Amino acid sequence: MLRAKPNRCNFFLPGCPARGITVRAGAGAVRAMIEATGLGKRFGPRHAVRDVTFSIGAGEIVGFLGPNGAGKTTTLRMLTGFLPPTSGEARVAGFDVVSQSMEVRSRIGYLPETVPVYRDLTVSAYLEFVGRLKGIARGEQARRIATVVDACGIGDVRGRRIGALSRGYRQRVGLAQALLNDPDVLFLDEPTVGLDPKQIVEIRELIKSLAGRRTVLLSTHILPEVNVLCRRVLIIHQGRLVADARPEDLRARGQGTLRIEVEARAPQDTLAALLARVAGVAAVDTVDINANGDARARVTAHDGDDPREAIVAALVAAGIGLRSMSVASASLEDVFLELVTREE
Amino acid sequence: MHKTAAIFRREIAYYFQSPVAYAVIAIFLLLAGYFFYNLLGYFNLASLQAMQNPAQAGSLSLTSAVMQPLLGNLCTVLLLLLPLLTMRLFAEERRSGAAELLFTYPVSDASVIVGKFAAAATVYAVMLAMTLPYVALLAHFGDPEPGPIVSGYVGLFLMGIAFLAMGTFFSSLGDSQLIAAATTFGCGLLFLVVGWMTPFVPSGIGAVLGQLSIVHHLEGFARGVIDTNDLVFYASITVFFLFLCARVLDSARWRS
Repeated sequence: MLRAKPNRCNFFLPGCPARGITVRAGAGAVRAMIEATGLGKRFGPRHAVRDVTFSIGAGEIVGFLGPNGAGKTTTLRMLTGFLPPTSGEARVAGFDVVSQSMEVRSRIGYLPETVPVYRDLTVSAYLEFVGRLKGIARGEQARRIATVVDACGIGDVRGRRIGALSRGYRQRVGLAQALLNDPDVLFLDEPTVGLDPKQIVEIRELIKSLAGRRTVLLSTHILPEVNVLCRRVLIIHQGRLVADARPEDLRARGQGTLRIEVEARAPQDTLAALLARVAGVAAVDTVDINANGDARARVTAHDGDDPREAIVAALVAAGIGLRSMSVASASLEDVFLELVTREE
Repeated sequence: MHKTAAIFRREIAYYFQSPVAYAVIAIFLLLAGYFFYNLLGYFNLASLQAMQNPAQAGSLSLTSAVMQPLLGNLCTVLLLLLPLLTMRLFAEERRSGAAELLFTYPVSDASVIVGKFAAAATVYAVMLAMTLPYVALLAHFGDPEPGPIVSGYVGLFLMGIAFLAMGTFFSSLGDSQLIAAATTFGCGLLFLVVGWMTPFVPSGIGAVLGQLSIVHHLEGFARGVIDTNDLVFYASITVFFLFLCARVLDSARWRS
């Protein structure tokens, strides 16, 4: 399992565009761009989504998490007007998704899970087609296409047939069509699935660059993606919303007790025995050898205790060289798994 | 309108950038040419016999001996070929998932249906227009009556349009092009032969079945008669199936 590195917090990286959102969201002047109230969808006897309620303000990038089959895609399809809900209602950009579907559709961009672009068209021809369908004025068309082609980095494949493009490029073409009408609200359904690591980074950069100006609901089951992109997470499981929080708050849920990782120049047994004697340490969880050949121990503190100074003092007193010490924050995975496995 | 045109252009481009339109048109012209040559051959034979027996000559005309049977034969050929033009209209986008994106664009179902249907109708019109050289040949070497030929073509075009509407509807039902083509063909064939029952069913039902027959309504056109009854028949079949198609697209959202 991927464990978030201690002391690394993606949300406050300098230059991260997400910061701008924090300010705006904090100002309280945002109006809800996506609003779901008691939203539900039934397919025959099966409830794909039930009683989902949330509200997303303008400019937010919200991660929509859930295991496969949890109801993410169904929810997105309801919000984009592709599927009508069987109960509850949803408003996007202030318009009802059922009764004012056309108003909603002209203000959103949607990237479905499998990018279903027409394989026989060239990128340019496809974007022109989409532009007309989205009702972009003839005079604006060329400028809009140039803008999204540039933003999505598909300038060098404009003349190629979409069917001949690699998956990464096809995904970007999908993103380009979503952005073409300069939408207020973007729905992205697993935008990085099936891409290679380099393409994943590129697509994420692209999504990040949209922050602030647009509201983005990003469905994914890849947790690091949420870490990188989102200031807020919705977790859906078995059709129900089980969490709506900031990623750091979610992680804090797993942090009632402090977990400390200690690396020191000492035999494993010695280190373990020493740490177990330190006041405030509840248990020594694991001891192993790290890549540098140092002993590495993970310990759990007593509730409310922070025995870091005591550990340092004990190590110094024993003449053991301390190589590093850090607080292991609970990863989003831990919390996610806890939330989605709780009911089973 | 702008959006309907975009759909239309996209579909036309697909027909002519893929082998679909060429294959269908080529087969159609091959069969049409064969039937034309055949009918003309029989007409020549009959003319030679009429020269020896002038009493028969009165009933012999290019219109009744060549054009009318030709239009009848083409009607059957179209029954086989037109489903191939319509089968992909919705089924393909359903399968590829493009429908999901298409119906989240600010485009009404009606625009999509009309655009797609008009594209298929255009290919069909091109196909039909390419048989006009036969008429030109007849006019050059013989003296056919222009009226019945014009009305015959109008009738055949309207009949084909009704078939295409039927095919558009069946294509909207699912994501299989094969099933769309098969059901269109089956339904079209039923419309073709439904009149056969007329002699042995109660006269009331017989009259209704006779009116439902697609060939029955083509006969008037082939004779040079443009009857509002026939016009209304083809127009209502067309509108009926396009309307059903719109209902299907709408209800698909609720079922899926």
